[in-house]
Amino acid sequence: MKRPELVCPAGTPAALRTAVEAGADAVYCGFQNATNARNFPGLNFTPEEMQASVAHAHEHGTKVLLAVNTFPTAGRFNLWREAVDMGAKFGVDAFIVADIGVADYVKRTYPNIRLHLSVQAAASSPEAIRYYAREFGVKRVVLPRILTVPEIKKLAGEIPCEIETFIFGNHGLMVEGRCSLTNYVTGLSTNMDGVCSPAADVHYDKQPDGSVTTRLADFTIDSFAPDEQAGYPTICKGRYNAPNRPDAYYAFEEPISLNLSGLLPALIEAGVDAFKIEGRQRSRAYVKSAVSAFRKAVDSILAGQEPELADLLALTEGQKQTEGAFKTKKWR
Amino acid sequence: MQSLTLGPIIYHWKPEERRDFYARIADEAPVGTVYLGEVICSKRTPYFEGDYPEIIERLERGGKQVVLSSLSEVVLKREREMLAAICDTEGHEIEINNTAGLLDVAERPHRVGPLMNIYNEETMRYLAGKGATHFSLPVELPAAVVGEMAKAAKDLGVGVEVQVFGRASLAVSARCYHARAHCRTKDNCQFVCEEDPDGMPLKTVTGQSFLTINGIQTLSHSYVNLAGETDEMQAMGVTHFRLLPQRVDMVAVARVFADRISGAIDAGEADARLAMLAMPAPFSNGFWHGQQGRRQFGPKVA
Repeated sequence: MKRPELVCPAGTPAALRTAVEAGADAVYCGFQNATNARNFPGLNFTPEEMQASVAHAHEHGTKVLLAVNTFPTAGRFNLWREAVDMGAKFGVDAFIVADIGVADYVKRTYPNIRLHLSVQAAASSPEAIRYYAREFGVKRVVLPRILTVPEIKKLAGEIPCEIETFIFGNHGLMVEGRCSLTNYVTGLSTNMDGVCSPAADVHYDKQPDGSVTTRLADFTIDSFAPDEQAGYPTICKGRYNAPNRPDAYYAFEEPISLNLSGLLPALIEAGVDAFKIEGRQRSRAYVKSAVSAFRKAVDSILAGQEPELADLLALTEGQKQTEGAFKTKKWR
Repeated sequence: MQSLTLGPIIYHWKPEERRDFYARIADEAPVGTVYLGEVICSKRTPYFEGDYPEIIERLERGGKQVVLSSLSEVVLKREREMLAAICDTEGHEIEINNTAGLLDVAERPHRVGPLMNIYNEETMRYLAGKGATHFSLPVELPAAVVGEMAKAAKDLGVGVEVQVFGRASLAVSARCYHARAHCRTKDNCQFVCEEDPDGMPLKTVTGQSFLTINGIQTLSHSYVNLAGETDEMQAMGVTHFRLLPQRVDMVAVARVFADRISGAIDAGEADARLAMLAMPAPFSNGFWHGQQGRRQFGPKVA
């Protein structure tokens, strides 16, 4: 049985050390600017922190994958070039990229450093993946969360590179790298600024009856009864009205997290090379619990035992979990 | 007007509506190029693809160049086959909207569509070196970025196109939200999207008009309108201006933009004429101004 790499989120140097300690085979992280898709205040690494963190991870046998996975806008390309240059200098094990220009820069400048294709590139067919592999020597693709396990298995036989799938965390609904909803509402772009539903635009408006209306900038995203827990207003997890839906409904998806712990053996059997845990924006406690649980699960599967699955429900959004598209085509 | 183009119909219009629409475009709309093809959902095409030869002939007799647009989401076998068929089509230029389309087209000239992520001059340069001749830029790009892209396009000798009218595509998904609204899935959708030829409106629970659903695609409620910004675009070297078909008098819209681009009318007159067309949604130009896409700025604001 192939031993899949456990790829874990590191939003801060402290989270990185926690993930390393909890048994991550690899961690992924980014610099403190628009070059990565989790450009939140208080998150990510200064150059000095990155250098020290790479050294720390390597001392413990953990790889560091640098996310440089947003889309530089014309005139700003240097910032992405600098991020790649620094990553190379600090000895990262791979770059995770989405933009064709950035991929080309890495390939020409650092042909010996591995290139991983970010989920932000939304490569969802053998043709798209083969294109990136042929043009830029991409060694691994992070698959969009839209394929069933049998589809992944088939895909594995049709592409010349490794497969990484998400197994836990945020359940993104829109095709990654193709979503401008946040920019339409807030003026900050997911693709260009690495921002989704920025906290500065989030409002919880308490109504006289005790209910809470959540807003992102000027638009109402959801409304919660006094006894309901108000969720973070993410556009694709809100409730809306449509002509034939007079009662508010989750037009895209309910607040729910992906949890594929029950599908791990099937994913390994399908040929998946790496499992990714989402959550660079989450706390150290989250990283510790999620990474430890999946470390244990993967190790027991590899040892031929029934995986012992810790209860991860407490870590999920709205305390709800799903196997999403991986389980059934009906998800679509 | 060679520089004015008409993008593909993104909604699920009935076959006879499509035929009538393109007949009128062929005869009356001052556009130089018409993009034709299903960009959103592969399930829809059997309804109308048989009409394409006739529609193409009609448009070409009307003096329009026809470019074949391809799917934005390519996952399933049927979608991969549709894309391959378009890439193999002889005699017409093609517009690629998914990276899968780039695998086999390197040897032939092709256009890169607005649903591809072309955000910078380096990516443009790379693709131009592999046979791309024309780039329709993503709708969220602000003026300053478009200006840099237009400069690079000029150096590379490729066309650069900006959407100046119609709803902004904000997201695509593997899931069909039209089917979901009707408690169905993509596989048993029964083509409910046909009921909404200008998209299905989504309102917030406080009654704000917000978004528009078109199958797997989420669009703005507002119509992008950059009639006031075409002077600036022309000065920075944008070569083509795209109108996206909406359920309004598109011939009249095309005439307004043609007059505006030729300099026959100013921004104020263009706005006045568009206002008379009874648009079902407000206008927005915020993306162009580097602000919230939903906002509408007057001529003095930048």
